[in-house]
Amino acid sequence: MMDRRLLREPSFGLTSKLLQISWLYVLLLCALAGVGYTALYSAAGGSPEPYAGRHVMRFAAGLVLLIGFALVDIRVIQKLAWPAYGICFALLAAVARYGHVGKGAQRWIEVGGLQLQPSELMKIALVLALASWFHRASWERIGNPLFLIPPAIAVLAPVGLILKEPNLGTAMIVAVLGAAMFFAAGVRWWKFALVALPVPLVARFAYAHLHDYQRARIDTFLDPQSDPLGAGYNIIQSKIALGSGGMWGKGFLQGTQGHLDFLPEKQTDFIFTMIGEEFGLVGGLAVMALLALIVLGGMLIALRCRNQFGRLVALGISANFFLYVFVNIAMVMGAIPVGGVPLPLVSHGGSAMITVMVGFGVLMSVHVHRDVEFSTADEHR
Amino acid sequence: MRRDTRRTGVFTRRALLLMGGQTALLAGLGVRLYQVQVAEAARYRTLSDENRISARMIAPPRGRILDRFGVVLAGSRINWRAVLVAEQTNDVDATLDGFSQIVPLADHERSRIVHEVHRHRRFIPVMVREFLTWDEMARIEVNAPDLPGIVVDVGTTRMYPLGEQLAHVVGYVAPPTEEDVADDPLLSLPGIRIGRAGVEKYHDMALRGRAGSVQLEVNALGRVIRELDREEGEQGDEVGLTIDAGLQQAVLGHLGTESASAVVLDCRNGEVMAMATTPSFDPSLFNSGVPQAQWAEWSADKRGPLINKATHGLYAPGSTFKMAVALAALEARTLSPSDRINCPGYLDLGDARFHCWRKDGHGSLDLHGGLKNSCDVFFYETARRTGIDRIAAMANRLGLGTELEIDLPTQRTGLIPTREWRIAQGHPWNLGDTIVSGIGQGYIQVTPLQLATYVARVATGRAIHPHFTRRLAGEAQPGDEALDWPLMHVAERSLAQVRQGMWAVVNEPGGTAPLAKLADPRWQLAGKTGSAQVRRVSREQRENTNFDSSKLPWEFRPHALFVAYAPYDAPRYAASVVVEHGNAGAAMAGPIARDIMTDVLQRDPAGRTEPPAQQVAEKTG
Repeated sequence: MMDRRLLREPSFGLTSKLLQISWLYVLLLCALAGVGYTALYSAAGGSPEPYAGRHVMRFAAGLVLLIGFALVDIRVIQKLAWPAYGICFALLAAVARYGHVGKGAQRWIEVGGLQLQPSELMKIALVLALASWFHRASWERIGNPLFLIPPAIAVLAPVGLILKEPNLGTAMIVAVLGAAMFFAAGVRWWKFALVALPVPLVARFAYAHLHDYQRARIDTFLDPQSDPLGAGYNIIQSKIALGSGGMWGKGFLQGTQGHLDFLPEKQTDFIFTMIGEEFGLVGGLAVMALLALIVLGGMLIALRCRNQFGRLVALGISANFFLYVFVNIAMVMGAIPVGGVPLPLVSHGGSAMITVMVGFGVLMSVHVHRDVEFSTADEHR
Repeated sequence: MRRDTRRTGVFTRRALLLMGGQTALLAGLGVRLYQVQVAEAARYRTLSDENRISARMIAPPRGRILDRFGVVLAGSRINWRAVLVAEQTNDVDATLDGFSQIVPLADHERSRIVHEVHRHRRFIPVMVREFLTWDEMARIEVNAPDLPGIVVDVGTTRMYPLGEQLAHVVGYVAPPTEEDVADDPLLSLPGIRIGRAGVEKYHDMALRGRAGSVQLEVNALGRVIRELDREEGEQGDEVGLTIDAGLQQAVLGHLGTESASAVVLDCRNGEVMAMATTPSFDPSLFNSGVPQAQWAEWSADKRGPLINKATHGLYAPGSTFKMAVALAALEARTLSPSDRINCPGYLDLGDARFHCWRKDGHGSLDLHGGLKNSCDVFFYETARRTGIDRIAAMANRLGLGTELEIDLPTQRTGLIPTREWRIAQGHPWNLGDTIVSGIGQGYIQVTPLQLATYVARVATGRAIHPHFTRRLAGEAQPGDEALDWPLMHVAERSLAQVRQGMWAVVNEPGGTAPLAKLADPRWQLAGKTGSAQVRRVSREQRENTNFDSSKLPWEFRPHALFVAYAPYDAPRYAASVVVEHGNAGAAMAGPIARDIMTDVLQRDPAGRTEPPAQQVAEKTG
C-alpha cells in the first residue's frame, strides 16, 4: 500500500535533492559557527585550544548530519515521529533514574561514549510528534477539545520529567515550544487563555515547592544586587563586561572581564557577553541580526512548504532555535533568570551542537521536500 | 479542500504573527543591549576597571633627621627580608626546615608563618624573617635551589647611627596601631613606621612623605597579572636639628654613668646644642619590637632610662633658684643692691627656725655676697620681704614652671607655687612656705631644660625659648636670630647685679663653686650651684656634726645641680646640669658643667657653619 502511494509522488534523485538544499541557509549556519570559533578562540586567551578547534570539528560533524537528514524523505520522518518521541521519552525517564548528576541536576546520559542530554533531543521529537498529530487533523477536529488532550499530555509529560531533573529553564522552553505548535496548528485563542489563567496561582504554589537553588535564581533575577558575591555575581559581572564593551568594544582578545576570569562560564552560557565585551554593541547587534536571519529563514521555509506536517515541523524547529537564542541572550543581559541555556552553534558544548544540527537537518528536509504531497487518505482521518 | 485551505490560511496568519513576535522580542533585546552597552556604558566601564585594576601604595622612604652640621641622626638602611610564597613549594614544612638550618626559627615564629600561609591565598608572600644580616642573606641566596618558595626581597628600615646618644631627642618609630591606620591609609602598608617619641613624633607628618602608587591588573582571584602604571612616592622631608652631635657625645662623656641630665643652649636664640640624658636606651628596639626581657629591665631600673630627664624630670631647683628670687626683689624694690642682711646661721619665724647651710652664719652680706656664698638666710629674708606671688611671677618670666614653646611632642611644666595655687588645693599659704621657696625648696619643681632657659634669659635679658628644629625640608626655621626674641623687660641694672653674683660664685675667692672655674684664660664662666633635698633633713641629722648626706642610701641623697653661662662678658652658651642624687651641686655638677662649657666654647658650634675639623670621636678614639 504505502509503496504504491510513494510511487505516485514526483520522485527525484540524490543529485537533484542536494541541489534543492538551501545552501544560502547553510552558509548562514556556517557564519554563526564562525562567530562561535572567534569567540571561543578569545575565550581560551587567544588559542584554538581547548575550545575553538573542537568546536569546528563538531560543526563539521554536524554539517554531515544536517545534509544526511536533509536527504531523508519528509514522509519517512513523519512516520518515525512518534517512535522517536517514544525513544526520547524513555531516555528522559532513564535520566531521571540513572543519569549523571552534573551541576546539581540530573541531565546527562551516556550513550556509546557520547554524553546526551535527552531534554535537547526531546524538543525535536516533540516538534515532530505534534506536527505529525496535527498534520492528520482536519479543521473540525482541531476545534474538538478531546482531540487536544493526547498532544497536551505529550507536551506535559516530558515537561514534568524535565522539571524533576530539575531544569526549570528547559522545562519552560519545552512548554512554550509546545504552545507554539498548538498555536500554529490553529487552536483557538480562548483555549490558550483558559490554560494560561491559572498559571499565576500554579506558579505561586510551585514556587513554594521549588528547590532552593531555583528559588535563588528567581530571587536573584528580581534583584541581582541582593547577592553580589553569590548567585547575582554572574549577572552583575556579565553586565559589567557588556557595559564596559561600549559601542565598539575593547577589541578582539582585549576583553578584560573574560580574560581575567571575572566572567564565569564564558565559553558556554556567557559566550555572548564575551562577544559584546570585545566587539561592542555593533558586534552584538550583528550577531543578533545573524541569529534573526536564521530564525526568520526557518519560518520562511515553513511558509513555503506545501504540506501541513512540513510547515509545522519547520515552524517548531525555528521556534525552538529562537527560544534558545532569546533565553540565552536575555539571560546574559540580566533580563530573565540565569538558566544554563547555551547559545546554539556559538557556545562550547557537543551535545547541544549535535541536536541543533539534527534539527536543522530536519528543517532542511522540509525545504527539500516542500512540494511533496502526503496521501489524502492519511490526512482527513 | 476548502477546509484544508482554511487550515493553511490560519497557519500562515499565525506563522507571520509568530515571526513578528520573534522579531519584536529580538529587537527588544537589541534595545536592552544598547542600554547596557552605550547608555550606561560609563558606569559599567568604571565597574570593570574597579574589577581588574588594583591600586597599591608604595611606602615612601621616611625623611632623614640630621644634626646642625649634617650628621645623620636618623636615616634608612637596607632591610633584607625573607618571604615565603607558598605556591612555589610543594612542602612548606620542608622549606621551613631548610631555612631553619641557615637562620634558626623559633617555634613561635614558625607557627606564625604556618598560620599566615594558611590564612592567605597561596601566591601572597608571607614574611619569614626581617633584618637579615648580609651573611644570612648571602647564604639563603646560595641555597635558593634547596629552598623553594623562599624569596629574599629588600626594603628599608629606620636606622639611628648614634643609637642611644640622642634617643630622647630624636625619639623613635614603631609600627602603627589600628587606630593610626584608620587615620591614614598609608600606614596600612607593610613595614611602615610611625613616629612615637621625640622629633620623630613631633615632625611625623613631614617625615612620612607622600606614598607612591602602583596600578596592577589583577584577575578575579587577586593574582597580579601585570603592572599598568607606577608612580614613585616622595621621600619625607629632611629635618635639620640644632643639635651638634659631636657636642652631644662629649656631654654624654662628661655625665658618665651618673643618672643625670644636661642641656646646652645657644643663649642668644635658644637653639639646643646638646640635650643629654643618662642612662639611655637603643631607639631601634622599638622599630623591630621590644623584647619582653628588655621591658622588664627598663622598668626595674630606678634611673628611668626611657624618661627624657631634661624635659620630664622634675627637680627642686635648690640654690639655683636664688637668682630668680634676687631679680624678683630687685624689680619689686624690696631689696637694693646695697642692702645688707645679717646671717647668724638661722632665721626664726615664730616657733620655726630656718637654718643656713652654714651653721655658723655668714655675718652681714649684700646681694653680691649672698649669691657668692649662696647664703640661705639672705634669701629667706629676701623672699619674706618680696612675697611668693612676685617671686612666682618673676620665675615664670624667666621660664621656670611654665610651658616652654619647644618643638617636642611633650614636656612637663613643673610648678612654681602661688598663694592662689595653694588655696585651690584647700590649704592656706604660710609664710614658712615663702621662706623655703626663697632657696628653691618646698613645692617648687622645674626641669633641666627650664633651668637652662632660665640661665639663658638671665644672661641675655631676652625671653628665648629652646628649640630643636633648624631646617625643615631645607627651609631655615625662624628663631635663629637673637632679635627674633622679645626682651623680658627686666631692668638691665638688676640683671647685671645678678650676673655679677654668678660670676663671683665661680671666679672670686670664697665663692661656692671654685671647681667650676674655666682653665682656659680666654673665657670666664658665671654659674650657680644647687642641691635639692629629696627628703626633709631631720633635726637629729642636722645636730649631728658628723652627718654626711653622701652616706645615705642613693635614692635619698640630694640631687646636685649647676647652672652656668659663658663667656661672662659676652654670653653665648647656657647650660644646666642635674645629677640625680649627686649629693652636692658644687662638687658633683660644677665640674661637669665646667667641662661641658669648655667643650662647647672650644667647638663653638653656634659660631660656625662647618663642624670643627677635629671631631670629638677622633679625639677620644
